[in-house]
Amino acid sequence: MQTKVAKKSNLSDFFMKLVKNQCFIPLAALLLLVVFNLIADPTFFKITYGFNSAGNPVLSGFLITILDSGSELAILAIGMTLVTAATGGQDISVGAAIAISGSVLLRVLCGTDSRPETLQTPIIVAFLVSCVVAMLFGAFNGVLVAYFKIQPMIATLILYTAGRSIAAWINNNELPVISEPSFSYFGEFIPGIPIPTPFFIAVICMIIIGIVLKVTNLKLFTQAVGINESSSRLNGLNPAFIKVLSFVILGLCVAVVGLIKVSRISTINYSVIAKDIEMDAILAVALGGNALSGGKFNMAASIIGAYVIQCLTTTLYKFNVQSDALPAYKAIVVILLVVASAPAVREKFSSLTKKLKVKEVA
Amino acid sequence: MKKKLLSVLLSTAMVAALATGCGSSKEAAAPAADTTEEAADTEEAPAEDTAEAPAASGELIKVGIINNDPNESGYRTANDKDLKATFTEENGYDASFAYSLKNDEQITAAQKFIQDGVDYLLLSAADTAGWDSVLQDAQDAGIRVILFDRTIDADESLYEASIVSDMDKEGETAVEWLKGQGLSEYNIIHLQGVMGSAAQQGRSGALDAAVASDGWNLVTQQTAEWNAEKAQQIVQSVIDSGESFNVIYAENDDMAKGAVAALDKANISHGVGKDVIVMGFDCNKWALEELLAQNWNYDGQCNPFQGVYIDEVIKKLEAGETLSEKVIIMDEKGFDAETITQDEVDIYGI
Repeated sequence: MQTKVAKKSNLSDFFMKLVKNQCFIPLAALLLLVVFNLIADPTFFKITYGFNSAGNPVLSGFLITILDSGSELAILAIGMTLVTAATGGQDISVGAAIAISGSVLLRVLCGTDSRPETLQTPIIVAFLVSCVVAMLFGAFNGVLVAYFKIQPMIATLILYTAGRSIAAWINNNELPVISEPSFSYFGEFIPGIPIPTPFFIAVICMIIIGIVLKVTNLKLFTQAVGINESSSRLNGLNPAFIKVLSFVILGLCVAVVGLIKVSRISTINYSVIAKDIEMDAILAVALGGNALSGGKFNMAASIIGAYVIQCLTTTLYKFNVQSDALPAYKAIVVILLVVASAPAVREKFSSLTKKLKVKEVA
Repeated sequence: MKKKLLSVLLSTAMVAALATGCGSSKEAAAPAADTTEEAADTEEAPAEDTAEAPAASGELIKVGIINNDPNESGYRTANDKDLKATFTEENGYDASFAYSLKNDEQITAAQKFIQDGVDYLLLSAADTAGWDSVLQDAQDAGIRVILFDRTIDADESLYEASIVSDMDKEGETAVEWLKGQGLSEYNIIHLQGVMGSAAQQGRSGALDAAVASDGWNLVTQQTAEWNAEKAQQIVQSVIDSGESFNVIYAENDDMAKGAVAALDKANISHGVGKDVIVMGFDCNKWALEELLAQNWNYDGQCNPFQGVYIDEVIKKLEAGETLSEKVIIMDEKGFDAETITQDEVDIYGI
């Protein structure tokens, strides 16, 4: 008899823990999508092995597409989570910054000739330059936010408006095209490896940020600044520095995504590249259950959130939903999230669970 | 500091923008002088026609050109370049340029040009509405207005001519070409531009009509918003779902490129004599090169080279002739990969 009761409470404990865990929200959303697809059309999960036109082995299928396209978002979600946690605001200039870093990348690769036969510089050099530029723009945003105390959304609005013009200006308004096949490895496939490269790049980023969060005090400091700036200052932290740092890290993420995006089509279109991606990145952070007002954060949840959003996008594409209606579906997700995380709803929920517990004890 | 720097930069930019129109504020001070000057101009016009450029050094025709931001697209960049090459001092023009994607800023620029007393106002409006009063002002000041690239909702008497692309015709040319391919069945992936834009409506309209009349099958019809990545995702999703298709009708080159990236990934052959026909629009140079390499099949032109047409109109007006038609539709070509030549790539590529 006693063991039964213990088991029951164990189970409910486990359940409570599961619900309390931050990863629960995105995972539940993912599960919902998976179940929906399973019922609607199981071929969603079919993965086929084939060869691309260059004769290299590739895996294809909806799941692979999700891994492929979701990876960019996952990388951005890493940076966006830090910015959100430290500043309690979001960076809306991500898409424009991707245009800039992609433009820089192409500029360095191509030199003055917009259609080079061979690359003028090694890809790694060009990538490093674009990293530096993206981090500088990140720092610009960070300084506006941290030292001038401008609201993050307003501060980044500057780059959001001007970024794409800057990107076009960097390349004199030309659209460089790269014919070198090895450049496309970053956005497509490395010959012989059938899994899309962006996924590997995302995994590398996740490992790096995982190690950084484990080894350094970045997580603790960021959360401290996000929760209470003045008390963290009194404790000897430099909140302004932490904020700028978070924007610089986001800048690095932007450069990586810029590389993937530009590599995918071996060229760039300033006005549409990575359009509206900032909204998806912010949504990933929100879907990860992170408070958009800053403070505590869970990196894994954000990353899962990013893949869930891509899963939603791909599902909608599959069912031939008009692509200009996609934002409406995402808006529904946002509404649900915002309502679920509203203090009033939370209070209701916790009082409800308390009542349940009381009943159980009785 | 940063903030200050920014505001300084912004204000210098604004001043610079104004300065382009400020060159001759003397004339602006005396609007009455404009009309006399106008009359003088028409008298001189025949002389100018014969002697063309150098002789006319002191008597340049003043044109104010209001255009959209050249960064907007490759089309706009080519358009701006073409106008700058046409309206030079050597050709007898004194041209000032103003750029904006916003209608109200364009209207402000127009008012500025009217004050400066330009002879001609060339306008590619960002928005169709809201131009009546400012164009009336221009008319009162004896300034002639020529619209290019885009039309506006205003009374026809307010402008001399409107030089435009016929998007419907672009679509029809492309669809005619597609009909001429004589495929046994048409399974089409239709990638649309930003919904509601003139280019999208014209290019979609022709295809929709053919789908209805010829019983073609649209595998999917989605807007990729001129965006290569979106196009890639849409085509990828069709491939993943295993549906078969043999035509990609993309309403611009970028989307066709994105679609081709998805095809390459799935090892679906495309181009002349291959499994899938790829169609694009706008005639970017790189796209025409794809045609030349027979990787794509068709590319429809959207002619950005309006300079010649406008120049002709102005010459006619200066000579005192009347235009036979207000709306001038530009010649637009459609290129077939089987017949395109390197020369055409060099001339028509933007």
